[in-house]
Amino acid sequence: MQATRDFSHYVKDLGSGLSHMDLAVEGVSCAGCMSKIERGLSAIPDVTLARVNLTDRRIALEWKRGNLDPSRFIDRLAELGYKAYPFETVRAEAVEAENSRFLLRCLGVAAFATMNVMMLSVPVWSGNVSDMIPEQRDFFHWLSALIALPAAAYAGQPFFRSAFRALRSRNVNMDVPISIGVTLALAMSVVETFRHAEHAYFDAAIMLLTFLLVGRYLDQSMRLKTRAVAGNLAALKAETATKFAGDDEVSEVPVAAIHPGDIVLLRPGERCAVDGTVIEGRSEIDQSLITGETLYAPAEQGTAVYAGSLNISGTLRVRVSAASEGTVLAEITRLLDNALQARSRYVQLADRASRLYAPVVHATALLTMLGWVLAGATWHDAVITAIAVLIITCPCALGLAIPTVQTVASGAMFRAGVLLNSGDSIERLAEVDRIIFDKTGTLTLPELDVVNSASVPGDVFDLAGRLALASHHPVAAAVARASNAKSPLAGIVEEPGQGVRGFIDGEEVRLGRPSFCNADELAKEILSLDPEVSAVAFSRGRARYVFAVRQRLRPDAQAVVSALLARGIMVEILSGDREPAVQAAAQSLGISEWRAGVTAADKIARIEDLKQQGFKVMMIGDGLNDAPSLAAAHVSMSPISAAHLSQATADLVFLGKPLAPVVAAIDFSRKALHLMRQNLWLAVGYNLLAVPIAIVGFVTPLIAAVAMSGSSLLVMLNALRARRAARGRS
Amino acid sequence: MEVLVILVPLALGLGLAGLLGFLWSLKSGQYDDLEGAAWRAIADDEPPSPDHPIS
Repeated sequence: MQATRDFSHYVKDLGSGLSHMDLAVEGVSCAGCMSKIERGLSAIPDVTLARVNLTDRRIALEWKRGNLDPSRFIDRLAELGYKAYPFETVRAEAVEAENSRFLLRCLGVAAFATMNVMMLSVPVWSGNVSDMIPEQRDFFHWLSALIALPAAAYAGQPFFRSAFRALRSRNVNMDVPISIGVTLALAMSVVETFRHAEHAYFDAAIMLLTFLLVGRYLDQSMRLKTRAVAGNLAALKAETATKFAGDDEVSEVPVAAIHPGDIVLLRPGERCAVDGTVIEGRSEIDQSLITGETLYAPAEQGTAVYAGSLNISGTLRVRVSAASEGTVLAEITRLLDNALQARSRYVQLADRASRLYAPVVHATALLTMLGWVLAGATWHDAVITAIAVLIITCPCALGLAIPTVQTVASGAMFRAGVLLNSGDSIERLAEVDRIIFDKTGTLTLPELDVVNSASVPGDVFDLAGRLALASHHPVAAAVARASNAKSPLAGIVEEPGQGVRGFIDGEEVRLGRPSFCNADELAKEILSLDPEVSAVAFSRGRARYVFAVRQRLRPDAQAVVSALLARGIMVEILSGDREPAVQAAAQSLGISEWRAGVTAADKIARIEDLKQQGFKVMMIGDGLNDAPSLAAAHVSMSPISAAHLSQATADLVFLGKPLAPVVAAIDFSRKALHLMRQNLWLAVGYNLLAVPIAIVGFVTPLIAAVAMSGSSLLVMLNALRARRAARGRS
Repeated sequence: MEVLVILVPLALGLGLAGLLGFLWSLKSGQYDDLEGAAWRAIADDEPPSPDHPIS
């Protein structure tokens, strides 16, 4: 029963006889790959467009509809040496992409307006001290107004909207003082131009918008990049299911195209992508991704299976109960909802700063006005001076202080193998003083590994590996992986539930259960040394060998734990697995605090308990049962192999086998928080210098322009230092 | 100062042209793949094949 691949879910009809499909590709990194792929795909007849996007690692394909099967593209790319997966843009990413285009448009408008207004302002500034006649000055001011007013109305939208939203919910954010400052500056400039005054602030207002939009755009493009990577990873994980189209006819379809009531086939070694009930077949399933329990559970007719379970020995037919979206136990969903609500109470550093900042600035402006009136100035002069205070304090550097650091730091983390799901996670990560690890799949590698490879002769190991390639059993797969076997043996027979056997040079070779290979004695010996291993036996003629297969700790787990302890962070393990397994892991890592057999609700209770004691807890886990506790913790992290939901809930995701990215992320975030605070102080320091000048009424547009760009540049340059992590800082 | 009659509209026109150019480049997706664009500039041109003329 060979499954056909069905890509129709991903193919878009462009009209006029053209079809379109997006692919996510692995391993594209340079110009060479780009032209190789584009040429390779364009050579297929009927292909009208093949374009690689190197930033997002994706390919856009268009072809004439007809007899071209989309799976040919995947095959062609495989021939060229690239793994590709059909890709569907998720809504969240499409929204981010649209936002980022809008911000770039605003930035373009504001930047061009600034350039042109500056071109008009510089002659006025120099003319004011030389021989410009008032009519010419007025004319230039009117021209500036003509450019600046519509440009500000368009480019200011992101700030005006956000300020309006905040005010409507009786809140203050950074955009409120920005909007007030810009609007007042423009209004006053128009009034002053009417009155033929010497100074107008069109240049300052539009330049302010430009600088702030740079900050916003950086922030947005960082988020977009993370989304794009996350989208690719989702595609690379290739969540497909084998669906019965007829009685004996199966086709491989994306999970999104599976509906409740469908029947899917689950072969040994496959991970279930849907929730459902077994209707036929008998097998064992590994539910460690869901419960953390590493012992296999039996599955037969009527057993409920959940997305993420791994089928071990037999073939199962599963009737889908809920697909794609609702694939979680109700309990986990409920816990998750509660936890997510609690999370949204965190107030970002930028908002905290603006809550302090806005009242102080507006009070200062008001006092300035009253002060000047009391000192005998006219109302007009007093208002002008007060507005000048508002313009000069408009949080230009403040608006850039945090997004620039976040962008630089997230780029650095990206290179260290950490992806950010949410921008403000950097701040929260920097405060962490306690880390809770899940064991299975987090401290240990998600895949099984052979632990006694040194005690088996190399040629035997190679042969066993080649034999193992014929089996789908995960334990056999571990042997095949460990031996780096590439070429399967011919004529191998699989005995369901027992193992595989065949002949080589007239001798029988077997791989499977110890009893299948007559190696019970050897297996007992190995099991008595370490009860956690799965023993898989290999026999050739009379010779017998037993491989010990188990989950192995990540290679650098111990180093990471001691690095964390050195940074003053306490570490503990909360696992759903059995006590001996957790205890062994805790001992070998030198972690004194651990709990075994905990449920999702227990994990949350423990986190809440630690929160009560004042700890800032980071949860690192991968299982479905970890998702609620990931959301409940102050900040959370998942390995890339984690269950879909956990990965979506976690603030950060780390790639690869080593655990080192955890330490790197903490170092980078601590450095970043330090720089964010430093930047805020720089911005405040600038205000301390500039505000007295404004209060006494000496602020000319020239001073405003120089001060604003100077402080913005300073803050941006300081942010670049976030590229290097603070090693050893605590 | 009669030169202003020419220079001012010229300056505004050039600024507007620049802005429109930017908006056009944005709309046609030239900022979608900044990394790839950097490499494409130095990639060798491929000879156009008869079936697939470079468009």
